[in-house]
Amino acid sequence: MSDEQAETGDGASAGADHAPERDIAFDMARRSLWVFPAWVVVSGFIWGVGGALSSALGYVLVIGNLAAAAALMAWGARTSPVALMGATLGGFIVRLAVLAGIVLAVSQLSIFEPVPIAITIVASHLGLLGWEIRYVSLRLAAPGLDLQRPGKEQK
Amino acid sequence: MDLLAQADNAVDGLKALGAGLGYGLAAIGPGVGIGLVVGNAITAMARQPESAGMVRTTMFLGIAFTEALALIGFVVFILLNFA
Repeated sequence: MSDEQAETGDGASAGADHAPERDIAFDMARRSLWVFPAWVVVSGFIWGVGGALSSALGYVLVIGNLAAAAALMAWGARTSPVALMGATLGGFIVRLAVLAGIVLAVSQLSIFEPVPIAITIVASHLGLLGWEIRYVSLRLAAPGLDLQRPGKEQK
Repeated sequence: MDLLAQADNAVDGLKALGAGLGYGLAAIGPGVGIGLVVGNAITAMARQPESAGMVRTTMFLGIAFTEALALIGFVVFILLNFA
């Protein structure tokens, strides 16, 4: 997460524009760039070009899903508690429907491989969350250890 | 021969039905879970507005973990339909 205020509890004082959800989603997308290319190459070796493309699609679905959830929640939190509830629950239903629609549409293509996309969706979602929660837990437990990233100005 | 073809069609149809039902049923639990997470997060933010940043952070992670269950249902849907 790029802004320490999200984890240290003083996020409310950071202003209405601050969105910790967006920071988390961006952070997860950034971390996944380390692992994702390697997994696409491995999928390509095992399942061929179709496997590599299906893995890439699974990755895009997971990151897009997280980004959409974060954007909806940030909007809801900015607007009102009712909007937050509606955006989160309504967004959940809409995002699941969109995921199913995309996969059903892509499944008509001959290069579609179900196994790599299934592995990619579950593994990347859980893996990235596990990775992120370790980071966030440490910062919540010990905010004093929360060092600024290089190049970021001290507040 | 016709009977065999009909049985094949029936199996395919039942598979698609099971996949769709499974996806829908797998989304019920996470839906309830997300409702609980967000409801309690809103309560926490109303009681302690100064901790809204922390609450939203943990809420988002909680929602993402809960959503993993729905994604597992989605993966089962993919595998049943296309594998």
